Amino acid sequence: MRFFDTRGKPWLVWLGFALVGLALALLPFALAQAGTTWVRIMNYTILYVMLALGLNIVVGFAGLLDLGYIAFYAVGAYAYALLASPQFGLHLPFWLILPIGAAVAALFGVLLGAPTLKLRGDYLAIVTLGFGEIIRIFLNNMSRPVNITNGPQGITRIDPFSFGTFNFARPDTVLGIDVSGPIKYYYLLLLVALAIIVVNLRLQNSRIGRAWEAIREDEIAARAMGIDTRNLKLLAFAMGASFGGVAGGMFSAIQGFISPESFVLVESIMVVSMVVLGGMGNIWGVILGALLLSFVPEILRWTVTPVQEALFGRMMVEPEVIRMLLFGLALVLVMLFRPAGLLPSAVRKRELEEHVA
Amino acid sequence: MKNIQIGISAIAAAIALIGCGQQSSSGGGAGAEVKIGHVGPLTGGIAHLGKDNENGARLAVEEANAAKIKIDGKDVKFTLVAEDDQADPKVGTTVAQKLVDAKVVGVVGHLNSGTSIPASPIYNQAGIPVISGSATNPKLTEQGFKTQFRVVGRDDQQGPAIASYLATNNKPSTVAVIDDATAYGEGIANEVEKTLKAAKINVLPREKGTDKTTDWKAILTKLRGRNPDAVFYGGMDATGGPLLKQGRELGIKAVFSFGDGACTDKMKELAGDAAEGLLCSQAGIPVEAADKKFLDAYKKKFNADPILYSPFTYDAANMLIQAMQKANSSDPKKYLPVLQKLDFKGATGKIAFDDKGDRKDAEMTIFTMKGGKLTPVAVIQGGKTQTYDEFVKAAK
Amino acid sequence: MDTFLQQMVNGLTAGSVYAVVALGYTMVYGIIQLINFAHGEVVMIGAMVAFSVINLLVPSGLPPLAIVLIGAGCAVPICMLVGYGMERLAYRPLRHAPRLAPLITAIGVSIILQHIALMIWSRNILAFPQIIPSRSYFIGGAAITTIQIAILAICFMLMASLAILVYRTPLGTAMRATAQNPQVAGLMGIDINRVIAVTFILGAGLGAVAGVLFGTYYGIAQYTMGSVLGLKAFSAAVLGGIGNIPGAMLGGVLLGVVEALGAGYIGDFTDVCAWGVPLAACEGGGTFILFGSNYQDVFAFLVLILVLVFRPQGLLGERVGDRA
Repeated sequence: MRFFDTRGKPWLVWLGFALVGLALALLPFALAQAGTTWVRIMNYTILYVMLALGLNIVVGFAGLLDLGYIAFYAVGAYAYALLASPQFGLHLPFWLILPIGAAVAALFGVLLGAPTLKLRGDYLAIVTLGFGEIIRIFLNNMSRPVNITNGPQGITRIDPFSFGTFNFARPDTVLGIDVSGPIKYYYLLLLVALAIIVVNLRLQNSRIGRAWEAIREDEIAARAMGIDTRNLKLLAFAMGASFGGVAGGMFSAIQGFISPESFVLVESIMVVSMVVLGGMGNIWGVILGALLLSFVPEILRWTVTPVQEALFGRMMVEPEVIRMLLFGLALVLVMLFRPAGLLPSAVRKRELEEHVA
Repeated sequence: MKNIQIGISAIAAAIALIGCGQQSSSGGGAGAEVKIGHVGPLTGGIAHLGKDNENGARLAVEEANAAKIKIDGKDVKFTLVAEDDQADPKVGTTVAQKLVDAKVVGVVGHLNSGTSIPASPIYNQAGIPVISGSATNPKLTEQGFKTQFRVVGRDDQQGPAIASYLATNNKPSTVAVIDDATAYGEGIANEVEKTLKAAKINVLPREKGTDKTTDWKAILTKLRGRNPDAVFYGGMDATGGPLLKQGRELGIKAVFSFGDGACTDKMKELAGDAAEGLLCSQAGIPVEAADKKFLDAYKKKFNADPILYSPFTYDAANMLIQAMQKANSSDPKKYLPVLQKLDFKGATGKIAFDDKGDRKDAEMTIFTMKGGKLTPVAVIQGGKTQTYDEFVKAAK
Repeated sequence: MDTFLQQMVNGLTAGSVYAVVALGYTMVYGIIQLINFAHGEVVMIGAMVAFSVINLLVPSGLPPLAIVLIGAGCAVPICMLVGYGMERLAYRPLRHAPRLAPLITAIGVSIILQHIALMIWSRNILAFPQIIPSRSYFIGGAAITTIQIAILAICFMLMASLAILVYRTPLGTAMRATAQNPQVAGLMGIDINRVIAVTFILGAGLGAVAGVLFGTYYGIAQYTMGSVLGLKAFSAAVLGGIGNIPGAMLGGVLLGVVEALGAGYIGDFTDVCAWGVPLAACEGGGTFILFGSNYQDVFAFLVLILVLVFRPQGLLGERVGDRA
């Protein structure tokens, strides 16, 4: 972050952290003033931030375009739903299931990664897309001959998170302040998201992060330098997938009901758009991308319909259609004019601009 | 350190300011305004059905206002807060929360089961009654929420209806059941299979496509080899039409039957002449058999005919209003028990709820395609079948 | 036996439509190594344009065949224009960019085209007017309709003429030269930009025809139809060896047959009861089917993954999987 020159003034950094932290802590109460809906929307946004950060490891750091990323989200969501719902009569605590979900998702990441190690970028993209669809089709059909996922009917009555008697879904009074369910989830989500951000930051400049970068730039050269490309690529898939799995588990609990229709291809493309728009490889860029694209539908909903009704007397183009057009346009324009995204990562920018020139 | 304090108070002030600014806009609702929510997809593939549902509820609300209803001795003005859930489960929950925030006292909706199910705990927690006029998935009322009702029949009432009609009228010995692997299609196909098996009819192993399948030939060819006397498809008209057409092209002579998803006039367009003679069922009574007064009022107000479920949402909204009148209160806590026990006579006939919140003795109608038009042939209620003519006579 | 024969007829018809779409992918890939993700949408636009034109002309009383031909005649140039526009605006500026850039652009173009089509033709499924009366002929117990025969004939003709174009004309030579080495081809006096544009235009034209065939065969068109069709056709192209024209044809037909036979027989082959395993579910002629026709859509993806992992060059193609 080069926004302010903090050299020799470490207190400025801490001040910044404190301010941001305070703003984030107060945010849900401010949002709740406008309506608890906004807290819910914020919660979904944080889920997308997690997803985008997870995908960023695969796409941004290691340079492997994954078009089926939502599959890991689905795996995490189903792992949670199956272990904490009446489906099998299991009700394990969430702090036990979330790591399980992450591990299972990581396993699927390796399952996807292992056979595709040799594939080049665009082929890999198509294969991952196919993989994502296969996972969804399996989830949708594993209700027979033995009912595992309950098929398209989805799983209902999934347990909310709870700690002893502290239930995240119910409103409560904590230290004399009324806290609604969504606000409680907000803090939990924020905590997990911050953890993921820290992991991402630490990874970026670690040995592993630099090795990924080397693979992204030139795989053959990286191998020649003694980098174990196979294991590192698998690690990228596994790590990215595990973040998706955690996000999926939380989605499951917040929603209380999941079905395969929540894990369609468009969702994968949406997460890819966030990463691409924000800036592949730059953590802050990716977060910005996720925030922008998750709030776009809400903003459009508030603006497009009234404007059109005022102009034409009726709705000509639905906000949803405009949203998708904007997505498409953003992907094309970003690639044409700002290939490194809104907030480019330093290395990525150098690399992409060299090529374009 | 002083800087920090100033910073903090500045942020807190700013946030408080934003909060206050928006609070005043949402906090309205003076005196005797009673808000009723409606949720359905107003954008997306079935937006026309969502609008139809909303119109039904809106008509009820406006009639109530015109009738100058008094609750607890005071004049009340009902307003309809209409929201769009895009038929998306995730949006369904945010919209439900939005209605709770807006302090509605009751909700009509949602249109789809897929959005109704995740939204129902939110309403339940807020203690707000919800009546769906179109969500047919059994699970919706099996969750044990006291606030959840519906005035339309369940899939597990509709499936048995079409299946038993098929079994008694066409007397097939072997039936093939196909579905589109969606919650709706699979759900109704399961119920049909159950009923047929109970009637000792041989049911072939389930075949499945998707809600986007265009090529049914592989599946149909396989079925042709097993010679079924009847085929049931659980799915929508967009896939059911091509299925029927391709089945006839392959020379399958069996009777084709469908649930309400494919019980539309579009079938004629999509399947051409092959559509003639198909059987299908709809939950509830045919729109044209709904109360004449409702039909005229709808036509007059919206300058269009009701499409599908608007008589049901009309009844749902009226039930909320009548329950409030009877309880003499618009407080959900007070009128909810009244709603649960309400005996109501509406556009779709007599309505009363059972313990789960489902409609007692919901009607199902069987149609056939005759001369390119869907024609009602029978109405099934509480396991009893009567022909459509008998039903119309009895209703008069 | 007649069931098997029928499945083959079904598979061949669907497969030849895949093959024509696959040609569009393979031509573009062969020449600039770009997966034109938006090709499926071009097919969709072809079907939609033909739908509008045919609907407009039905009341005119022209002979049905003429109406369909005019419909196709309008769809082809419009799709060619779309194909050219796509190349010029979205892909040409990125020709030397890293590989992922044009792929991401292609996804964007695909989303844009889909939603433009949505705005023009609505979200509803459109019933293609059934003006050509379809008659079924029974050969050895297998029904084959007039439309199926026409589709097989048209696809065969298209493939043959494309093969002649590529292998027997100067333009074809220029295309092959550009595919082998664009720099050298340029030095030899070939206008590479023109050749690439022509390739896109030809591929889009084929896509338009495929769209019309699809519409008349299945009787429906919808703005989303391109994505699934496109993915399957791409799998077909990879199966045959992407970049290889005869490969795309072979891959398309094979994939069609695999899908038909797969959906038709997988249930019987994975019925645990038929294997003789004594399960409770098997009593009284019951079944315990592991994988039914519900997995039909998995085959295309499975073929794709298996081919890329075990034989990335495809059945007939050169080795491309690890080309830089």
